[in-house]
Amino acid sequence: MSELSTLLPILWGGFCTTLAIFALTLLFSIPLGLLVAVLKMSRYRIIRYPVSFYISVMRGTPLLLQIVAIYFGSYYLSEYAGVDFSFDRFPAVIVAFSINYAAYFAEIFRGGIQSIPKGQYEAAYMLGLTRAQTFYRIILPQVVKRVVPASANEVITLVKDTSLAQVIAVTELFALAKKQQAAYASIYPLFVAGVFYYIANLLLSMFFAYVERKLNYYK
Amino acid sequence: MDFANNQSVITNGASQDTSPILEVKHLKKSFGDLHVLKDISLELNAGEVLSIIGPSGSGKSTLLRCLTQLETFEAGEVRVDGKNLVVSALNEPIKYAPANVLREIRLSTGLVFQNFNLFPHLTVLQNLTLAPIRVLGIPREEARATGRRLLKQMGLEGKEKSYPCELSGGQQQRVSIARALALKPKILFFDEPTSALDPELTGEVLKIIKQLAEDRMTMVIVTHEMAFARDVANKVLFMDQGVVVEQGTPDFVFNQSQNKRLSAFLERFSRN
Repeated sequence: MSELSTLLPILWGGFCTTLAIFALTLLFSIPLGLLVAVLKMSRYRIIRYPVSFYISVMRGTPLLLQIVAIYFGSYYLSEYAGVDFSFDRFPAVIVAFSINYAAYFAEIFRGGIQSIPKGQYEAAYMLGLTRAQTFYRIILPQVVKRVVPASANEVITLVKDTSLAQVIAVTELFALAKKQQAAYASIYPLFVAGVFYYIANLLLSMFFAYVERKLNYYK
Repeated sequence: MDFANNQSVITNGASQDTSPILEVKHLKKSFGDLHVLKDISLELNAGEVLSIIGPSGSGKSTLLRCLTQLETFEAGEVRVDGKNLVVSALNEPIKYAPANVLREIRLSTGLVFQNFNLFPHLTVLQNLTLAPIRVLGIPREEARATGRRLLKQMGLEGKEKSYPCELSGGQQQRVSIARALALKPKILFFDEPTSALDPELTGEVLKIIKQLAEDRMTMVIVTHEMAFARDVANKVLFMDQGVVVEQGTPDFVFNQSQNKRLSAFLERFSRN
């Protein structure tokens, strides 16, 4: 087991990078997703159509490709334009993950918002609430409850998707485990990495089950 | 039961002048090619109750939704408590009053929906206090006291902390009546308030509305409960295919009118 005591600190370092990608992606993609959801419901086609296109590209192409495109694309475009706006590896990963996950969250949020009965808006209108009050006090709290299960799915997938960051050599958990696999000449480190992912997701599942229970005070 | 506290607000101002609190003239509304309301005129004095009856699809609910601003209409005049909803003359293209006036009118017209439309994530008391606190700026404690008093009047004492899903349909509808009353409206509109209820729960809601009528709350009630429409109202209006076919006192509409469409309608109802 001395192997494990040297392996664990190494993998822990990678896990911290994984956690950073995870946390930053959620931090940016959830508000962005809400914004995209609202824009997609715009009554103006000139807003709705580009937003639909963005969502279809994000959902229709591999995240792996999007990471590569953001990283190298920004580099080549900077060369071409003569202005440096290229991303470093880590920020490129965060940008790619955030805009990708925002697209998925947007569709979940849009479904949630559109599932709120029209009568809720009409009741709020008759009571003189402003549009902002109606959205933040009546609609959004009900949307949160409805989108928790589907969002939990996305969040758990995100934990595992972070391993895609290795495509541009960001040394997250899985990349480090693969390196150790070569050093140990064994797939053992990969299994240990798997345990890390599993425990993280177990905790997340418990957290979401708790949130769902908490939100169950009304139907 | 005591509605005196609301009552003072309801009749204030309205009792001083004799003009009707609700006036509708030549209102027209269509959905595309379908003329839902063809030429509706009516008047209602403060403290009176108007029942609107008629077959499904006759435009009753649409009329209510036009008067409460949930739908727009293409022509006509509507005056609520002296304020004009429409500022254009009858022969001009319609122009609505400025937003702040519309909002003032909206706050003086309460609406009780067929499906209650309570806010499910808020407690019963929060449903009652949200608008008074956030819209009228009434201090929280005062709004809560008013809310509790209204619940007591509705026979819902002790339900303050319940959520709507924990109540029966009849109780939910009474909460929604209380929610509308919390803004002290000048006119309360009811859109088939008992149509979503089991027959045994209908009575408790009708009883509350009758009590409001006894306390001289001005009300417009769209309903399929004929006996109730007759007993509670000062005035009954029978609509069919977007027009007012007959209107008058309950006795006139239910007993004396010779109108064929009306008697056919009442006949169908008494058979069911």
